[in-house]
Amino acid sequence: MPQARLKKILSVFEGKKGGLISILQRVQEEFGYLPEEALGEIADFLRIPASEVFSVATFYAHFYLTRRGDHLVRVCQGTACHVRGARDILETAQHCLGIKTGQTTEDYKYSLERVACLGSCALAPIMVVDDTVYPQVTTKKVLEILTNNKDDAEKKEG
Amino acid sequence: MINDISLTINGIEVKAPQGATILEAARGAGIYIPTLCYCPGLTSEGTCRICLVKIENKKKLHPACRTPVEEGMVVITDDAEIERVRRVTLELILSDHDFNCLLCPKSGRCRLQELVNRIGFDERRLNRLNRVAKELPVDTSNPFFDFNPNKCIQCGICIRTCHEIVGVHAIDMGYRGYDLKVTTFGDKPFKESVCVSCGECVERCPVAALIPKKVEYPTREVKTTCVYCGVGCGLYLGVRGNNIVKARGDSENPVNRGELCVRGRFGYKFIHSRDRLSSPLVRAYDPLERIAHGIDETGEGGKPVIAPLVKREGKFVEVNWDQAIRYVASTLVHYKGDQFAAISSAKCTNEENYLFQKLVRAVMGTNNIDHCARLCHSPTLIGLAASLGSGAMTNAISEIGKAASIFVIGSNTTATHPIIGRDINRAVQKGAKLIVADPRETMLCRIADVWLRHHPGTDVALLNAMARVIIEEGLLDASFIEERCEGLEAFEASVMEWDLSRAEEVTGVTAREIAEAARIYASISPATILYAMGITQHSHGTDNVKAVANLALLTGNIGKPSTGVNPLRGQNNVQGACDMGALPDVFPGYQKVEDSKIRKKFEKAWGCQLNPSPGLTLTELFEAAYAGKVKALYLMGENPVLTEADTNFTEEAISHLELLVVQDIFLTETAQLADVVLPAASFAEKEGTFTNTERRVQRVRKAIEPVGNTRPDWMIIRDIAQNMGARGFDFNSPEEIMEEIRTLTPSYAGITYERIDAVGLQWPCPDTEHPGTSYLYAEKFNTPSGRGQFTPISYSPPAEVTSHEYPLILTTRRSIFHFHSTLSRKVAGLNVLRGEEQVEINPVDAAALEIEDGETVKVMSRRGTVRAKAKISKITPPGLVSMTFHYTETRTNVLTNRAFDPVAKIPEFKVCAVKIEREIDYGAEYWGWGTGKD
Repeated sequence: MPQARLKKILSVFEGKKGGLISILQRVQEEFGYLPEEALGEIADFLRIPASEVFSVATFYAHFYLTRRGDHLVRVCQGTACHVRGARDILETAQHCLGIKTGQTTEDYKYSLERVACLGSCALAPIMVVDDTVYPQVTTKKVLEILTNNKDDAEKKEG
Repeated sequence: MINDISLTINGIEVKAPQGATILEAARGAGIYIPTLCYCPGLTSEGTCRICLVKIENKKKLHPACRTPVEEGMVVITDDAEIERVRRVTLELILSDHDFNCLLCPKSGRCRLQELVNRIGFDERRLNRLNRVAKELPVDTSNPFFDFNPNKCIQCGICIRTCHEIVGVHAIDMGYRGYDLKVTTFGDKPFKESVCVSCGECVERCPVAALIPKKVEYPTREVKTTCVYCGVGCGLYLGVRGNNIVKARGDSENPVNRGELCVRGRFGYKFIHSRDRLSSPLVRAYDPLERIAHGIDETGEGGKPVIAPLVKREGKFVEVNWDQAIRYVASTLVHYKGDQFAAISSAKCTNEENYLFQKLVRAVMGTNNIDHCARLCHSPTLIGLAASLGSGAMTNAISEIGKAASIFVIGSNTTATHPIIGRDINRAVQKGAKLIVADPRETMLCRIADVWLRHHPGTDVALLNAMARVIIEEGLLDASFIEERCEGLEAFEASVMEWDLSRAEEVTGVTAREIAEAARIYASISPATILYAMGITQHSHGTDNVKAVANLALLTGNIGKPSTGVNPLRGQNNVQGACDMGALPDVFPGYQKVEDSKIRKKFEKAWGCQLNPSPGLTLTELFEAAYAGKVKALYLMGENPVLTEADTNFTEEAISHLELLVVQDIFLTETAQLADVVLPAASFAEKEGTFTNTERRVQRVRKAIEPVGNTRPDWMIIRDIAQNMGARGFDFNSPEEIMEEIRTLTPSYAGITYERIDAVGLQWPCPDTEHPGTSYLYAEKFNTPSGRGQFTPISYSPPAEVTSHEYPLILTTRRSIFHFHSTLSRKVAGLNVLRGEEQVEINPVDAAALEIEDGETVKVMSRRGTVRAKAKISKITPPGLVSMTFHYTETRTNVLTNRAFDPVAKIPEFKVCAVKIEREIDYGAEYWGWGTGKD
């Protein structure tokens, strides 16, 4: 884990109190997840017990302790989406990415998650890739979106 | 306590003190309120909702454990509604719980079981609530206890214990909702976490989530005193048959109030170690062979025929006690006078130490007796005696928690004196300021307000600079100095050369930090100083001690509660061994052997002539042995082959002896070199007293019969003395010995077994009416003038400094899981927790030397080489490495320097120059098989 990047984040919080959650957010932004060594360093920096940092980091669903994919695919499983076939959408996404819910592809490109409700039930069923919302998706659309996304990514890299 | 609030609970008029909770008020009045997450001594969190009660004119139900009493409050603890709420709450807790009560080791003592009996549950509803049992893995990594999360009720008592009592913060609640559980950092097994295995959480767990590995109920319990460190915790040993099966803290004891550390709670297992000696052994070379067959013999000229070099080839043979005693007695007769020396033991009782020095002085006619205090606090004995009057802790342990500022210098308290470490931690939680001076980042550094990371061996510079800040800023206590001290002018002049910039240069601590530390210590009172080996184990240890005392005198932080200069003594009875005169220059009670009046007193009491010249110190006697001046050595409960500095020399010196008698409970590294080994009984197998670091004389009681064919040390000494025809050794019990000690030792005069039965007494205790002395020098100092002595101290660097060849400094430390060289190494579980030496090395140095974490390295000093695994950590600063000396596999003291303090004769354990090399020379591999240098 690049120490310099972590040091830079921490330096912003020098001398401030109660910055644990903000620091965790910034670190996750930087690394995509919260590496264990980083949690230890944060504890040392704030002079609080490492177990407390771990406790906070595991309490919030927003924080991840394992490395995740570059892209986050979220499929809503709320009531409205459920009645409009969200289960099929999730299964298709799983099939397309070759991983189960909550997992990350081996090449660390994609992570798949289910969410309980995105609060846009009129658009059900919904799938979100990173910050892009795809409303009223079908299994066919899911395949398209994920394949296109993959292609785009490859193009960018190529 | 004043009961100034009255309230009504269940129609009964109850009185409670201000600030008490409803629960406390009810319990005080004998009214039962069920609880689960409540634990006395910890903050109440009110998470379990079992103790809900009804308060008149208030809408909701309130948790009794968190609601303070109010005047005129009307409380109902039990009615149909409360019952219903409690029942549902209980059912919710039960719905997650593993029901296997019959096979559960906690059955019968389980709080959850108790609540089920009291409150009950609705079976149908519970079945409906019952979720699929989550089968979480049981954490069995710790050698002493298991953690079964399936039985956990998430009351959080373990977490609060770890935070508030122990201060280690190894565990916390992790995850949330259904997945909520007690976790270590990173959800790792306990063994891999920062957990110190003290077992306080196990002791308090209301269910069987945290449970000892082997639960065995004792048939009786024996109250005694712990044998590990100088804190002297009260202990109950649980006995079943002739076995110790459990140890628990004695809550009546003012020192530990029921708490224990890992060594106290689980370390008793050495008592039943298979390695215990069980029979006297003598070497079977020629003359001894005859002894073994019961033939008394003397060679030409009355001396036994002993060829010093040949004897090492002999093997041990078992003999009976009669033969062993007779042999030792008949041999010792030939070594009377200054060719004989003895090393007493800080692990043995006061009575045994007294008897041993009496044997040496009255029967052997020499003052050549010393013990391991020479290697830990001899500078304290000399330095504090000169500055203040007595070489002991000035204040009581229980006062530390009430200090407003605490200055810890050269003590890794949480590892070496864990219970005192907890007191410091609690004081800091309550708002006390903490200053820590240590080159290593100890646990206390994390909670310190100021951490002074000075270079090893520069304590005098640091303390003098602090004194100068105090003087210059007028923070000194002028009236105290005027009334009670002398020598300020000379001292003032001496510290003036330590301006902050010079101190910064020498110590490596910034001027700002030195000044801040000085201001905190001088202005926030009561302030107390705690120090240990970091101060004393230097070639200028006595100077260090005096510099510490100067600081206390300067600020008037002495002679009052929660102040003082407090040397934390290492061994359980090192204070007592010193008190009993197991030192070369003093009789019991620090009465000088040179003083003819004192000598007369002892000559009269013991009925013999006494040698007027002080004997050799521990460190000197090995040099005398090397030179052939000391020919016979009798050693009780001591293992110099591992614990002396420069042990290669020690071994060499021992090989020059004609006779070595070792009395121990194990065949230690030193005992293996002996001619006669006398197996002693452990602390659990004998009666006596220990004196802890705060001068508290406490009882040691016999819990089991001596293991195998062992005998208590006092019996062995008595028998040898009587066999030599000495009078004044006809004691039938340690109590009789204590009666004699009382008559000859003024500070122990008021101490009788009857008076110290419950909690012990702190000396000085001059008569049987005296209540003991919690803190010293309330009226005057024990110096000849009655005044505290300021001593000008000039700084001298460590005896050995780094060079091109030896670029690193080695400082020795201790592990919390071990204690010195023998006892704890015989406890399997402690070896699981820390089974091998770790050389702490800073990442900077490790990178330069291309050393990886965990690889074996060679550590070399001018005196020898040892191998150990490297542990890369920022605990030690660049340029410094640190090692413990617990392991016979890695004899760290081969490296340490035998440079002595000129007065106290303590070797410089804390500083020596070393170099480190990788064990494997990767360059050599390129030469191919067989061609590389071997």
